[in-house]
Amino acid sequence: MLGTGIIKGMVETARNFVGSYHDPERLTTVQYPEERLAPKENGRSFPFLVFDGNDQQAGLRCVACQICEKECPPQCIYINKSKDKKPDYVGKLQFYPATFDIDISVCMSCQICVEVCPFEAIKMDQVFELSTSDRFGKLLLHKPQLAKPNEYFHQLHPTDANEVDARLGEEKRKAEAKAAAAAAAAAAKLAAPKPAPDEPTKAT
Amino acid sequence: MQSLDQIFVTGKQWLLAFLPEALQPVGSILLVIAAIFGVFATLFAVTTILERKILGRIQNRFGPNRVGPFGFFQPAADGIKMLTKEDIVPRDADKIIHFLAPLALIIPVALALSVLPYGRNMVPVEFDAGLLFFFAVGASTELSVFMAGWSSRNKYSLVGAMRGIAQMISYEVPLVLSTVTVIMIVGSLSLVKIVEAQSGFLFGFLPSWHVFTPWGFAGFFLFMIAATAESNRSPFDLPEAESEIIAGYLTEYSGFKYALFFMGEYWGMFAISGLSVTLFLGGWNAPFPFLQFIPSYIWFFTKLVLIIFTFIWLRGTVPRLRLDQLMSFAWKFLLPLALTNIVVAAIWFFSRALQFPGALGLRWIFCAAILAVSYVWLGRGVAQAQRAKRVYQYAE
Repeated sequence: MLGTGIIKGMVETARNFVGSYHDPERLTTVQYPEERLAPKENGRSFPFLVFDGNDQQAGLRCVACQICEKECPPQCIYINKSKDKKPDYVGKLQFYPATFDIDISVCMSCQICVEVCPFEAIKMDQVFELSTSDRFGKLLLHKPQLAKPNEYFHQLHPTDANEVDARLGEEKRKAEAKAAAAAAAAAAKLAAPKPAPDEPTKAT
Repeated sequence: MQSLDQIFVTGKQWLLAFLPEALQPVGSILLVIAAIFGVFATLFAVTTILERKILGRIQNRFGPNRVGPFGFFQPAADGIKMLTKEDIVPRDADKIIHFLAPLALIIPVALALSVLPYGRNMVPVEFDAGLLFFFAVGASTELSVFMAGWSSRNKYSLVGAMRGIAQMISYEVPLVLSTVTVIMIVGSLSLVKIVEAQSGFLFGFLPSWHVFTPWGFAGFFLFMIAATAESNRSPFDLPEAESEIIAGYLTEYSGFKYALFFMGEYWGMFAISGLSVTLFLGGWNAPFPFLQFIPSYIWFFTKLVLIIFTFIWLRGTVPRLRLDQLMSFAWKFLLPLALTNIVVAAIWFFSRALQFPGALGLRWIFCAAILAVSYVWLGRGVAQAQRAKRVYQYAE
C-alpha cells in the first residue's frame, strides 16, 4: 500500500533520534578539539628531516644530495649545499644542507621525497594543526623546524623506523667491520714489512 | 485562570489606555505587528537551531553544539554572519525585481499570519473571510519565487523558479480542496468560527476536533502533504534542490536578502502549519477537559511546534521526488482523493439527520470505508505508474 515505506522510514529515523540520546554509542562524531583519534601509523602530512642523537646539526642524516628537490612534483623543497663537510652516521665525510626549506603551502604530501631519499633522511610527519596568520612566511618551514629526532620518527611510524634502524645499523656494522678489516689490514701491512727481509727468496 | 488566558488581550488594552482616543486604532495595529514580528522571528530562530539539532540526531550526529549552551546561540551567530556578508547583485540582474523579490515573499506571509486565531480573543485581524484571505495572500508568494528566479538571470535560478511555480500551482489545488470540507461542515470562512466549531467534547472527554472525523483526517492528511509542497520543504524541495540546481531561485541571493528569503520560507511554513492547526487540530482548544486550565495560546503554539517537528522529521526521512513523480502525485493522487473527500464530507454533513442509536458509528464506518478504498485504489495506480518504464522524450 502507498505510504507504508514512508512510515517504515519514519520509524527508523525516530529510532535514531531517540536512540542517539539514550545510547551515546550511536554517535560516531569525534568532537575534535576536546577529543582526538589516535594517529594512524600510515598517516602522513608533510615531510620532516630525521637526525640521530641529540644535536640536530651534527646528527642530521641529510647529505644535501638534492634528489628530493629535483624529484618534488610541485617543487616545494629548497636546498643550499654546504661548502664544508661533516661526518655522517658511519663517519664518512659528507656535505650537509646549509639551508633546507619546505614550503608546506605548496607541498601536496605525495611522499615522493621519502621514496627517493637514499639516506633515510626525510620522512613524513603527522602534524596537521599548522594554521597561521601569515600564509607566506610561516608556512615556509626552515631547517630548525624541520629537523626532528629519530625517536620522534619511531613514535610516528614504529614499523618503518625499526626497519630503517636495522638496515642502517647493519650498514654501520658492515662499515665498521670493513674499517676494522681495513685497519687490521693496514696494521698487518704495517706489521708485515718487518719479517719480509727474512724470507725474500720465497717470493721469487 | 481566566486572567492568565487573557493576559495579552488585557495587556494590550492597558497599554492602549495610555494613548489618546484618536491614536488607539493605530496603536493597536502597531502593537499587533510588533507582536507578530517578535514572536515569529523568535520562533524562526528557535526552529532553525532545532531543525539542525533534530536532523543531526536523526543522522546520529550532534548537530551544532559550539555556540553557547548546547549550541542554542547558533541562530545569533548565523544572523550576524548573514548581516555582515556582502550583498551581491549580479551585473546582468534586473536589479529592481531582484531587490523586491524577498519583500514580495515576506509581506504576504506576514499578512497571512495576521488572520490566524492564536488564542481565545487573540486574532490580530478578525475577518469574516479569513480563510479566503489566507489563500489569496498565500498564493502571491509564488510571485516572489518567480521574481527571484527571473530577475537573477541565472539558469539555475530560472529552472528553480519554473519548478517552484509548477509545484506550487499544482499543490495549491489539493490544498484548497482539502479545506473546502471544513468550510462545508462549519459553514463559515471565518477562522475564529472554525475554531469555535471544534470546541466542546464528544462523550465528555473526546475533543471534537475535525481531525477525529473521517473527512477531517483525510483532509488533514491531504492538507499536510500539500502544505509541505507549498512551503517548498523536503521531500518537495525541488525548487531549491541543492544537489541538482545549486539553490534554485536563491542561487544569486546573499547576505540579508538571503536571510529574508529564508525567514519568509519559515514564516510561510509557520503560517500554513498554523492554518492546519486552526482547521483540523482544534486551534487553541485543549485536547482534554481537565487540561483546559492551560492558556489557549500555549495550546496553539504547542500544536504548531509539533507540526513543525513533523515537518523536520519528514525532512530527515524521505528523499526528494523527481519532477514527474511530483506532478503525477499531485494530479493523479491528491486531487482525486481531495474530490472524494469533499463527497465524503457531504455525506457526513447530510447524514447528521440520522438520529437512531449507533448512527454516529455507522456514519463513521461508511465514510472511513469510502476513503480507505479510494486511498488504496488510487495509491495502487501511483505505484503502478512508478514501476512503468520511464520514456525520455527529449533525451534519446
